[in-house]
Amino acid sequence: MAKTKKGEPRPANAAAPQNGAPADGDDAALNRELLRSMLLQRRFEERCAEAYAIGKIGGFCHLYIGQEAVSTGSLSLLRDDDYVITTYRDHGQALARGITPRAVMAELFGRIDGCARGKGGSMHMFDRNTNFLGGHGIVGGHVPIAAGVGFAIKYRGGDQVIICFMGESVVNTGAFHEALNMAGLWKLPCVFLIENNRYGMGTALERASAIHDIHERGAAYNMHRDFCDGQDVFAVRKTVGEAIDRARREQQPTLIDVRTYRFMGHSMSDAVSGTYRSKAELDEYLKRDPIALLRAHMQDAGQITDDEVHALDEEIKGIVQDSWDFADASPEPPLEALYEDVYVDTTS
Amino acid sequence: MPVITYRDALNQALREELQRDDRVFLMGEEVAVYNGAYKVSKGLLQEFGEMRVVDTPITELGFAGVGVGAAMVGLRPVIEFMTWNFALLAIDQVVNAAAKMLYMSGGQYPMPIVFRGPNGAALQLSAQHSTAWESWLAHIPGLKVVAPGTPYDAKGLLKAAIRDDNPVCFLEGEMLYNTKGEVPEEEYVIPLGKADLKREGDHATIVTWGKMALVAVQAADQLAKEGIRVDVVDLRTVRPVDTEAVYASVRKTNRCVVLEEGWEHSGVGAQVVDYVQRECFDHLDAPVLRVHQADVPMPYAKQLEKAAKPDVPKTIAAIKRVMYLD
Repeated sequence: MAKTKKGEPRPANAAAPQNGAPADGDDAALNRELLRSMLLQRRFEERCAEAYAIGKIGGFCHLYIGQEAVSTGSLSLLRDDDYVITTYRDHGQALARGITPRAVMAELFGRIDGCARGKGGSMHMFDRNTNFLGGHGIVGGHVPIAAGVGFAIKYRGGDQVIICFMGESVVNTGAFHEALNMAGLWKLPCVFLIENNRYGMGTALERASAIHDIHERGAAYNMHRDFCDGQDVFAVRKTVGEAIDRARREQQPTLIDVRTYRFMGHSMSDAVSGTYRSKAELDEYLKRDPIALLRAHMQDAGQITDDEVHALDEEIKGIVQDSWDFADASPEPPLEALYEDVYVDTTS
Repeated sequence: MPVITYRDALNQALREELQRDDRVFLMGEEVAVYNGAYKVSKGLLQEFGEMRVVDTPITELGFAGVGVGAAMVGLRPVIEFMTWNFALLAIDQVVNAAAKMLYMSGGQYPMPIVFRGPNGAALQLSAQHSTAWESWLAHIPGLKVVAPGTPYDAKGLLKAAIRDDNPVCFLEGEMLYNTKGEVPEEEYVIPLGKADLKREGDHATIVTWGKMALVAVQAADQLAKEGIRVDVVDLRTVRPVDTEAVYASVRKTNRCVVLEEGWEHSGVGAQVVDYVQRECFDHLDAPVLRVHQADVPMPYAKQLEKAAKPDVPKTIAAIKRVMYLD
């Protein structure tokens, strides 16, 4: 369905380290790919906010701004035959995994050329070509599904892995615990990656979880566990890389608390700050913008100039504008599509 | 033709499909080492090994989701619930994941999975172990819902369910497992969505499915002794419903009783009545009546339980009412 076309941004998978070794920040070409991936998500989401405001995107729309190092850092380590599953805050991972901006934007606009043919919308990005197993809308519901993918990998004797993204509020659902128990019990090649942005909607982690170092929940399931700075793309790559390696080589699952922050409201319906978090707190976190941090690192290391950053940004803005124009021109699904894809007619 | 139990018919279906396709696996509580809570999976662990016959912890939501994930990437799971009463813990996976995955992915992710186990009441299991869930499941577009009443149907339909590329909820019955019937030795598959005329008559129609097919047949046989001949249309699949079979019978008999194990309100039977009134209105000589469980949680005490359940006398009474014999 959504094939990456020439000239459109590709994920940084090509630069994945052979053995999951940490990126040391010295690889200028890799860093440029990481920056491109993160900047694409940022510019894309900014335009989504605009499209939502003028009614081109409907329903619930949860933006990823502030968390780009998590998707890019982790997905830059995967192979094409690995699997990804995530929550309803899924635009960032979809782009970082290599679904084209056109297909993602068309899905958001509810058009036939969307990566789910306009049937899924913001919360349900799917793409078989990139093994992107969906954005899922029920908090916690996709975690057992990830364990099932891990089971299937093991069943077939393969060496793929699955990364399962989830918000930190998931760790209080029954589905999370049931899935992690089986993954620990059966040694499934899963990376359970908590995108800990501190708030489940408006409820702070400390008001929702009896323990605050939530990766320690993995202890109950005899599972490797770790945490890292989710604003530092190198830290994400190091920690997730170790977990991927463990899953691929030893078929051992890992639970990782990746500590990040969302710079926007929970969804487009919410204020950015308000009753549940202060402007001052938000401002403090904005100082650790993952894109600014990577850019500063690259500039300090002489890996990119201001002009090159500007040129990259302009190129990406053009790609996002192209995705908007493409989506806008794509037809809505025809009425005949209403009853399509409820069932398949096939048997084995 | 060999006469075997409903349990053994299911066991044969599972064995044959496990042999036929190495993507098929059976997962659930007690299915492997214990040979199945109701022995449906007896001997399968020894034959197919622990990757394909998989004991789980008591974790319905979790292992239903494992099935969904495995189905997404090409395996063909058979997920056993020890009873459908426990499946309610997993209903998010059945409804929000399995049933909707194909649609919300724009057709990219079919869901070849079977959820199976006993449904409805046995004897004196009281409120929490006795519910017939088919109306809940049949409500959901994306699911197929199958409820065989005989060993022959159980085997042929389970094989079809496992081969189907859609999610299938397969409803068995604790009280059915020991029932016996003829099952041919040669392979056969019964297509989903096809009713079976279990008795033939021209005075009235009983539409039913699952465990109640036995009740309907017994009622029909008793009525026959009084000279009343009824069609027993066993739907066998309650989503999709073989409406043509229902219409053909009602247009012949002009009278219809819908018999179901579960509650009246929003039951599958109500849907059947709706089909009949729309398509057979001019053929009806009497209002369509329904026989169903009393509108109460299942009681434990024997007398109360008996009063709560649909049975042969209640079915016969309903037939006589639509024939204006009472």
